[in-house]
Amino acid sequence: MKKKVINPYILLVVVQLLFHFTSRAQNVDLFKLQDEEDKKEKAQKTDIVTAIFKTTRLVNGQSIENLGEGLLDLKISHRFGPVNEGAYNFFGLDQATMRIGLDYGITDRLMVGIGRSSFNKEFDGFAKYRLLRQSTGKIEMPLSLSYAVTGIWQSLKDPTTTTINIHYTDHFYFAHQLIIARKFNDYFSLQLVPTLVHYNIVPVYTNPNDFYSMGIGFRARISKRVNLTGEYYYQFEKLVGYHNSLSLGFDIETGGHVFQLHFTNSTGINEKSFITQTDGQWGKGDILFGFNIARVFTVVKPRTANHVNW
Amino acid sequence: MLLVLSITIVHGQKLYSTRTGQMKFNASGGVEKIAAVNNQVDSKMIDKTGQIVFSVLIKGFKFDNQLMEDHFNENYLESTKYPKADFKGYISNISQVNFTTDGKYNITAEGTLTIHGVSQKITVQGIMIISHGTPSINGSFKIKIKEYGITGLYIGDKIANEAEIALSVSY
Repeated sequence: MKKKVINPYILLVVVQLLFHFTSRAQNVDLFKLQDEEDKKEKAQKTDIVTAIFKTTRLVNGQSIENLGEGLLDLKISHRFGPVNEGAYNFFGLDQATMRIGLDYGITDRLMVGIGRSSFNKEFDGFAKYRLLRQSTGKIEMPLSLSYAVTGIWQSLKDPTTTTINIHYTDHFYFAHQLIIARKFNDYFSLQLVPTLVHYNIVPVYTNPNDFYSMGIGFRARISKRVNLTGEYYYQFEKLVGYHNSLSLGFDIETGGHVFQLHFTNSTGINEKSFITQTDGQWGKGDILFGFNIARVFTVVKPRTANHVNW
Repeated sequence: MLLVLSITIVHGQKLYSTRTGQMKFNASGGVEKIAAVNNQVDSKMIDKTGQIVFSVLIKGFKFDNQLMEDHFNENYLESTKYPKADFKGYISNISQVNFTTDGKYNITAEGTLTIHGVSQKITVQGIMIISHGTPSINGSFKIKIKEYGITGLYIGDKIANEAEIALSVSY
């Protein structure tokens, strides 16, 4: 009888094939799979940059930020008198001008606001729209771009002696601004604000009705909740006796509020007033201490699929 | 016969996955409700080995209060730096689970939880339910917030020291 012997080489091949199949079956490593998927997802996603500035106004002027949809922002701005008023007027603290405003976010891209300033008794209303948003990821957008339009009505009574007929429209002023901003990193953001302020009526016949200026503003983070801010508006053509507005300050964030403390040479708080009617000069000590308080309220709750219930 | 055995091993594993798992967390310190829900939990599980992963986008946690959500992302979790949190581990008693028949099993998962860039080894108890061939997992556990490098003045005050996390995932 012939002995049937399994060829050892065939056995070796079969065993090797077996190991090949089993090792392949164990090769599905979820950890690696998850990491690969995460990488792919990151490349596909567009991450919109948030918190370029901490609130919708830098010091006096608009910032690139908009209010979220359904949110109401109460803004109280206060400016004391100039420091060079001396001890008798308690270095300006005896004097004050203020603006109270209410902003509302209609959508995430469109916000509106109204306000009233005690300086020259002016009412203002504005709308701000986000045209472009800075983002990284799938869509690389290096800048944020917004457009803001403001209308101002001066309700101050006219002087009783006038040589011309004053029509009610003569008390209106408008401002058009393009806000261009970029968040460089968590510590520094910069914005440029080309501005046009239009006067329906000007003091002297030879004055133009349109005043162009360029605003520049920045925010630098110095701690987790405190930022250094600065704002300067350079006017290409000024009214006689007025100067460019320069402000420096701090933004302090707490749970529901943003406190802004600053020094400025501008008494006015709306676009026409602080950009084209600043009569203070830093060099002469016409420096006003002021603060802004912003408190955000949720009016319309966000559209979440599940209301959080515990 | 040896060859037949290898084929069954190849086809023996099943990969379960979902992208719509739900994760809730509650870190209320007493005064204000601090809670959020994320309905886009990404999870995968292999039945034979019990290997399991959960991955969640921090910006996907939705709060009732938008400002709270902003602070959660910017100040506490720093979600721009650490966009995701994940759990990678194994269900240690997976052999007790029969995926082919309906049933309810107590499971224990061990693995690494990474939040805010910090990883911690954790063990979590949960329940796996097999219904019409589809598994689903429910579980809850607590984490100490500071153990993940999350800092802030309010932790231990308005924000609780421990956050309770509840997970509900159907594959």
